[in-house]
Amino acid sequence: MTVLCLIETEPGGASEASLRALGMAAGLAERSGEALAAAWFGPPGAVPPGDLAARGTRLGYALAPAGPGGYAPRAWARALVHLSARLPDGAGAGPVSAVMAAATDRGSEVLAHAGAITGLPVAANCVAVTRAGPGELRLTRQRWAGSLLEDAVLRASPALLTVAADAVPPADAVPPADAVPPADAVPPADAVPPADAVPPADAVRPAGAVRGAGPSRGPGAQPEAAPAPGTAESVRVQVVEQAVEAADLAVRASESEQRRDGVSLATARVVVGGGRGVGGPEGFAVLEELASLLGGAVGVSRVVTSQGWRPHNQQVGQTGTKITPDVYLACGISGAIQHMAGCQGAKTIIAVNTDPGAPIVAKADYAVIGDLHEVLPALVAALRERAGGP
Amino acid sequence: MEVCVCVKRVPMVGGAIALTPDGQAVDTSMSGFTVSPHEECAVEEAVRITERHGGTVTVLTLGPPEAEQQLRDMLALGAGRAVLLATDGTERGPVATAAAITAAVRDRGFDLLLFGNEAADTGGYQVPVRVAHALGLPCVTGIKRLEVTPGAGAAGRLVAGREYRGSLESFELPLPAVVSVKEGINLPRYPSLPGRLRARRASVEVLDPGPAPAEGLRTERLRVPRAPASRARVLGSGAGAVPALVRVLDDLGVLR
Ligand SMILES: Cc1cc2nc3c(=O)[nH]c(=O)nc-3n(C[C@H](O)[C@H](O)[C@H](O)COP(=O)(O)OP(=O)(O)OC[C@H]3O[C@@H](n4cnc5c(N)ncnc54)[C@H](O)[C@@H]3O)c2cc1C
Repeated sequence: MTVLCLIETEPGGASEASLRALGMAAGLAERSGEALAAAWFGPPGAVPPGDLAARGTRLGYALAPAGPGGYAPRAWARALVHLSARLPDGAGAGPVSAVMAAATDRGSEVLAHAGAITGLPVAANCVAVTRAGPGELRLTRQRWAGSLLEDAVLRASPALLTVAADAVPPADAVPPADAVPPADAVPPADAVPPADAVPPADAVRPAGAVRGAGPSRGPGAQPEAAPAPGTAESVRVQVVEQAVEAADLAVRASESEQRRDGVSLATARVVVGGGRGVGGPEGFAVLEELASLLGGAVGVSRVVTSQGWRPHNQQVGQTGTKITPDVYLACGISGAIQHMAGCQGAKTIIAVNTDPGAPIVAKADYAVIGDLHEVLPALVAALRERAGGP
Repeated sequence: MEVCVCVKRVPMVGGAIALTPDGQAVDTSMSGFTVSPHEECAVEEAVRITERHGGTVTVLTLGPPEAEQQLRDMLALGAGRAVLLATDGTERGPVATAAAITAAVRDRGFDLLLFGNEAADTGGYQVPVRVAHALGLPCVTGIKRLEVTPGAGAAGRLVAGREYRGSLESFELPLPAVVSVKEGINLPRYPSLPGRLRARRASVEVLDPGPAPAEGLRTERLRVPRAPASRARVLGSGAGAVPALVRVLDDLGVLR
């Protein structure tokens, strides 16, 4: 049996979200003694073999759907479904038991199409998964963008899953009745175990550790000594042409101009957050000033965007952007679960709030109790003074 | 343009989420209900489309009889018709939900079916796509920009855009089509007083969605992720806390 993971590529190789999904796929394959394969749309070199090898992947499929290029959700899904129905020259990998993808816009969309094409269920935003039996997975997935977890059993062959973008599983996210190592523990690429290490099928090892995947070479493989698993040379990439239906290509993406404006909210090291407590559009001047002093970005709550005080692309939360800064300074924000869903990836949260009983005060690492209109100007002044400015 | 918008009644959860003692559902005894923000934006988008091109907006929901309130909320925003697929309140999974919606919209001649990108509570990310496949319609999800050109036959089409790694990717679809949108595509209006009055008087068509087919994904239980044990360290109050705050920022290495 084989776990198949869809990889989204970007100019440098696999996207980070896809590598995280591959890490979880590797954990599943590892614990159930299955092989692991990766598939992507594009040329065989689009994903560096080292990235695959580091996660115990020895099979890569570079898919080239017939027809014009570009992202086409249904065509991608169709090709993935065809591939999972029969791995070409699967190097002894066996039938596909699970198809996984990162829960990005594209990953979620492609797996939804795959579910619709096959009539099979899809489990979205998984944070942990393990095999419960043949054709049966036990998993934990996010609801409410991660404010709530659902333990569920998925009965389907193949199982279709997406992996939550922030699926660094919380300590308690592993499905019960099964103590397993975190699925994202990926060792460095150069951790190469002995080439002949074939663990028993039920051996529990860190997800990224390299498996001896049964008979490792297919009928067409070269007779010379097998390259050490875990090394780039151990990965075999095949180009697969998949026929898709004309209707599958009817919806296709065309990409337009690149636009970049300042520090991006999603990747900023510091985010200065403002909520209803800011009081109105004018109140954001001091937050902007603070953000620029700290080299960060301004983020806001939904109240702020629905009042039209700031544009929606600054919204942090379940229906906005998920942020992962070193420091999130949340000012005049109460800390509703839908807001926290977007900022729980922050390393440190500092709240500025007039109400010591606000939920954010319980959820933050540090708090200043007070009026932000007093605290923030004083903070700006202190930072300026420190920098030797006026 | 005949536009149908599918919405879902979800609990309005605030600072903390509580579960029923059996861990099977969110405890809604203390909460109000709302539709997901994505879907509210979908309704706003549909209203704008019909304001521009004529036609009617129909809002549809699968849910308990009480979901009639959410339909009326959407009528107040400018939708003209409402359809309730009334269940006994038992949660239906995405496969069952899509099947019920498909059956209800199939012969109604809609030019456009709008959805939210994902339901706020269950977050399955698949109902619109399943409905599109069942109806044989083209589909795109996660949309934040929509331009509709009505027209008969091949003339009717739409261009839909969304963010992709900092740039915009766009899709062109013939009508009829299925599109799911995200919050941010527009800023929904507040219901007007006449709108609210009309919504109160409007009739809601109630249909029986029939029994739910079995679902391959079976929920065992829900749980609230373990919260960090400690409360925040209070650095002080008012501007007097600023020196301590600067020290913390410095220790965290974010001062340049
Ligand atoms: C399905 C769904 C999805 C949602 N998605 C999001 C989302 O993506 N992002 C999001 O943010 N919300 C989201 N929400 C809304 C969320 O539930 C809250 O309503 C919202 O986050 C509250 O915003 P707030 O904290 O700014 O306002 P409030 O809850 O009103 O809090 C204001 C806070 O400011 C404090 N305050 C007031 N004045 C001052 C002052 N002068 N100085 C300091 N503090 C002050 C108050 O003590 C209070 O704690 C969603 C809701 C739903 C139902």
